[in-house]
Order: sequence, then structure tokens, then C-alpha cells
Amino acid sequence: MTTRNRWFVPVLVLTAVMFAYSPIAIANAPYEVTMRLVQKIFYYHFPTWMALTVTVTVCTAASLLFLFRGTPLADRVAVAAAELTVVFGLFGLVSGSLWGRKAWGVWWQWDARLTMAFLLELIFIGYLLVRKFGGPGSDKLAAAMGIFGGATAPFVYKSVDWWRTVHPKTSVVMTLIPSMWYVILFCTATFLLLAALILAARVRLESLRAELDRQYLALED
Amino acid sequence: MMRRVYFALVSFLLLAAPAFAQPSGQSPSQLDGFVPLDQLPPGEQMPAAPLLIAAYAFFLVLMMFYLWTIWNRLSKVEKDMQELARRQGGATR
Repeated sequence: MTTRNRWFVPVLVLTAVMFAYSPIAIANAPYEVTMRLVQKIFYYHFPTWMALTVTVTVCTAASLLFLFRGTPLADRVAVAAAELTVVFGLFGLVSGSLWGRKAWGVWWQWDARLTMAFLLELIFIGYLLVRKFGGPGSDKLAAAMGIFGGATAPFVYKSVDWWRTVHPKTSVVMTLIPSMWYVILFCTATFLLLAALILAARVRLESLRAELDRQYLALED
Repeated sequence: MMRRVYFALVSFLLLAAPAFAQPSGQSPSQLDGFVPLDQLPPGEQMPAAPLLIAAYAFFLVLMMFYLWTIWNRLSKVEKDMQELARRQGGATR
């Protein structure tokens, strides 16, 4: 994997070290009193959704920029962020399901938070499908989907406060004790670094593809 | 001009949309109808370790697979670029 960014390798090493240390930090974190061991899924579950929030925001901003300004780089950033959103969303849904199996006794519950998170995932899967199979003009159609995906995200976040749901409210994070906070902040920083690294690699891939297409067209001319 | 108006309109709708959503008057208690885990009989309690291990293992497998796909796609594009450069070199000779 190659990239022209100078910061890529040092950040890659730092992220790898942080990921290697994260299981130790999680194992040393205190047990939550009601859920005990299974609550430790939280230390990857929460950072995943934080990273997803960032990738959705990046995708939405880049889609707006591409749609209204036509910036090619914005389109590449948007598609890279959309793909990352799908990956993080998949892990968020699966880890939540595994946690829910123990905490709620069911793998899945069609409540507001879970259903909206699932719909958000479907919107971004739709984004990628449109990009792959949509043909000419699919980039603009996908950008519109990216914007609507971004508009859905605040509803996903606030759903636990607005509707009755089995999922804990957003305020539960603020009730954590400091020794849990340090671990969750550490894991969140690790996930955000990972997201930045993958985003850079994916944008590089899209840029190389665009350059390849340009060179093929120049050769044909 | 119209483009700016559209841009402002879309931005406003996106930012204001959550404010228009109606919060329902739900009960503050979210524990109604639930039995605390520590009150379940031992036979009905579920071991947490396999679920915890499954979650972290799934993350590891998913990330390894995803990074492999990126690496694979990058390698393919770079190979195509080298091939194209070779063809261009041949064409100019």
C-alpha cells in the first residue's frame, strides 16, 4: 500500500501500537455493575459509532462540495468515506447485536435506534451500489444519497432521547467513571486514527484510478 | 445565483431537520418490564465471554479483510499504471 502523505507511516505505526495496547487497557478497565463482562464490548462499539459519525460527516460535506462545486477530489473523498461508513456500520450493528444478546436476551430489536442505524447502513450500501452499477451520472446521484445519509445521522443519534427504546440514552456515556472514560477516549482516538488512515488510502486509490482513466483516454487520442 | 440559493436551502433543511422532529412524551424509566441480570436463576444466565470474544474477533477479521481488499485494489491499479507506462514507452519509440 503506497501513499504520498508523509504522515501516513508514522500514524500507521502509532495506530498499530494503540490497537495492540487497547485489549490491555480494556482488560484493566473496571467492570460495569449490572452487565459486567459483556459491557466491555462498549470499548470498541462506541468508538466505532464515533468513527462512523466522522465518516458520515466527511461524506456529506464532500458530497455537497461535489454536487454544488463539481470538485473531483471531493467526489473521491465522498466515495472513500461512504465505504468506511459501511464497514464501521457493519461492525457497530454486529457488536451491538452481540451485546444485546446478553443484555436484552435477543439478537435484534426493531426499536427506533437499532432500526434507524440499520437504515443508515442501508443508505450507504445503496450509495456504493449506485456508484458501482449506476452508469453515467451515478456520481451525482450517489452524492445526493450521501447528503440524505448525512441528514439521517442526527436522527439516529437523538432517537434514544426522542423515542422509547431498549438502547441506553446518549447521556449514559457521561455517567461513566473516570477510569472507564480514559479507556473509552483512548479507544475512540485509536478508531479515529484508523479511520483517517483508511480514508487516506482509499482517496489515494480513487486518485490513482482517475489518473489511470485519464492516461488511457490520452493514449486512445 | 440560483445555485447558491439551492445550496443555502439544502444546508438549512439539513441543519434544521432534527429540530422539527417531534419528541414523544415517553416515560423516563427504561427498565419497566425488564428483570435485572443478577436476579435471573443461574440456569437462565448466558455466558458473556463467547459474545465478547466474538465481537472483538469479528472486528479483527473484518478489518483485516477490508485492509486486504484496499491493498489488493491499490496493487492492481499500480500494476495497470506500470503496464500503461510500458505501452506508452513502446508507442513513442
